[in-house]
Amino acid sequence: MISEFIIQNAPALLIAVPLLGAFLSPLIGRISRDVRALWVLAIITLTTLLGLLVAYLVYTGGTLIYVFGAAAPTLSIPMDSGGIPIRIILTLDALSALMVIMTVTVGFSVILYSLSSDSRRSGLEAYYTLFLLLIASVLGMFTTGDLFNFFVFLEISSLAAAGLVAYKVEKGKAVEAGLKFLMVSAIGGVFFLLATGILYGQYNALNIAMLASMIQWTPLDKLALVLIIVALAAKCGSVPMHYWTPDAYSMAPAAVTAMLVVVSQASLYGLFRFCFTLYGLTLTYAVIGWTLITLGVLSMVVGVTMAIPQKDIKRLMAYHSISQTGYMLLGVGVGLAVLGDQALLSSYGFTAIEGGIFHIFNNALYKGLLFLTAGAVILRIGTSDMNRMGGLGHNMKWTMILFIIGALAIAGIPPFNGFASKFLIYESVFAFNPILSIIAMVVSILTLASFVKVFHSVFMGPRLPEYADVKEAPASLLIGMAILSGLVIITGLFPEFFVQHLIAPAAHALADQSGYLAAVLGGA
Amino acid sequence: MLMRMSKIVRFSADLLYAGILIFGFYVIMHGHLTPGGGFQGGAVIATAVALIIVAYSYEDLLAMVSKLRFIVQESAGLVLFLGIALVAVGFGTTVFANYLANSGSLFGMVVPFGSNPGELNTGGVMPLMNIAVGLEVWGALALVVLYMLSGIREKEA
Repeated sequence: MISEFIIQNAPALLIAVPLLGAFLSPLIGRISRDVRALWVLAIITLTTLLGLLVAYLVYTGGTLIYVFGAAAPTLSIPMDSGGIPIRIILTLDALSALMVIMTVTVGFSVILYSLSSDSRRSGLEAYYTLFLLLIASVLGMFTTGDLFNFFVFLEISSLAAAGLVAYKVEKGKAVEAGLKFLMVSAIGGVFFLLATGILYGQYNALNIAMLASMIQWTPLDKLALVLIIVALAAKCGSVPMHYWTPDAYSMAPAAVTAMLVVVSQASLYGLFRFCFTLYGLTLTYAVIGWTLITLGVLSMVVGVTMAIPQKDIKRLMAYHSISQTGYMLLGVGVGLAVLGDQALLSSYGFTAIEGGIFHIFNNALYKGLLFLTAGAVILRIGTSDMNRMGGLGHNMKWTMILFIIGALAIAGIPPFNGFASKFLIYESVFAFNPILSIIAMVVSILTLASFVKVFHSVFMGPRLPEYADVKEAPASLLIGMAILSGLVIITGLFPEFFVQHLIAPAAHALADQSGYLAAVLGGA
Repeated sequence: MLMRMSKIVRFSADLLYAGILIFGFYVIMHGHLTPGGGFQGGAVIATAVALIIVAYSYEDLLAMVSKLRFIVQESAGLVLFLGIALVAVGFGTTVFANYLANSGSLFGMVVPFGSNPGELNTGGVMPLMNIAVGLEVWGALALVVLYMLSGIREKEA
């Protein structure tokens, strides 16, 4: 009875549970710090279980919809509405499910990490409220099937993330980073709202599936698409709108940075979702595809070249995030560029989309892991300047091993997961345009070079006298990092299994516009 | 030495305070009938808090109510909102379903057909949610004002 309730309402509970946790944590935190920690842990565990349950339901039973306020969860079109889905509808296809899995695993690991690394700070009642709100908003962005609802969750994520970036203050530097992030997000949000308004004004609908069934590619639709692409590309940190990323990523607490990676992937998800599902074949796919490819190549090259001279370890990693975002844009952009050509799509287009999506998943895991290891090092020695680090491998062996796993994964070395997704991208992009593939490989080599430098200057060398009694990172940090590194290794060792069972359904769901429409509009 | 406005200003603020509260609660309660609702009404009530700070002082206000009261109120409003939405599951419908509308119980009157002066006892869960949002916005905006002022000193340090 109870389990039936949970299964039926799982998509809504997935968002409601972290929201409830966020709203109650300021009150529960008044009892004591430990009770609050337990509360946050319980909420994130419950959210993780719900996320995995939802993903399981989607992968076994196909696209899941949940209609808020209706008599039954699947009653998307009320009898008396004239065939129009008037309510807010959560729509979870395989791609959403994959992203939900990514969010809950990373969310669970970073909360575990954060409970120990940030336990002695002040202002924690706001910190965990914002953190849980951030997780809830990202889950909302991944699951919603409504354009305006997406905007609402986008704004919640911007506000929560800006608050978390500014949380450490750091003599005002963190506040500046938070403010910069808030400005970019607010402008992006306004662009997105304008695009929503343009589409709503023309078609009188906000449901993505309903809009997709009517959309025409009028000049106004083109304007709306441009606004959406600009807004979401800015939010996911693609060049040339990347300037907030290094500040925000380096100033936020490490656990927040790892979550910010997922937040930027959520914007990327939105970008892909709207290009493929909302516009689909109506858009001039070659032009839009090449736009994404150009953004991707720019992000890859600029990101990695800016990363190499950095001295601050988290700033360096932030530039690498920009560069990794480029791979995803490149992979999915190639898929979009050949969307109309069935032969090319099945010969390499799907592989490119799979590579891009797999890279989103992998990047969240290893990038999160890298930011957490950097956070552990900074927690123990109190500086993020790599020129003042050295010889930490003697005292922080486990952190070093976990860092190596993350670094090899981001550089695309087998048998770690970065290799698997990058290989899919190289292979398929080479068939599309060899030069792009060569650029991607060069960027990968530069990434490796950059991380060899980091590894050497942080962990190698003789034990420095000032760090002689530095201790290993606390156990709860290591557990959080170990979960992520375990997944990095597992996805790297069995890429075939993951691609076949998780990634390929997601890629097909993204390219299959009619399937998405049929799930919501009932085959009409 | 606390900075306070003159007695005339303080007395006028006392008078206005009651009016602002009544208007705020009116906007919240009639959210499902007239323009406005929980957010707008809550914002109106929060201006009453701001008025007291302007007429008296930050310290005076903290002597009257604590920050904790607003924090509790904010969280309670949000939890109430989410709770009302989630209770719908117990009625065999989905989250956010309006299980009170036309039920004959609280706010459950069937709306009479044709033009009418506006029946308060209609709308189902919507008035309840307006009240929840009103409480939340009242608490949250008051907290925002208090936090903004907490960084300001009376004199140059």
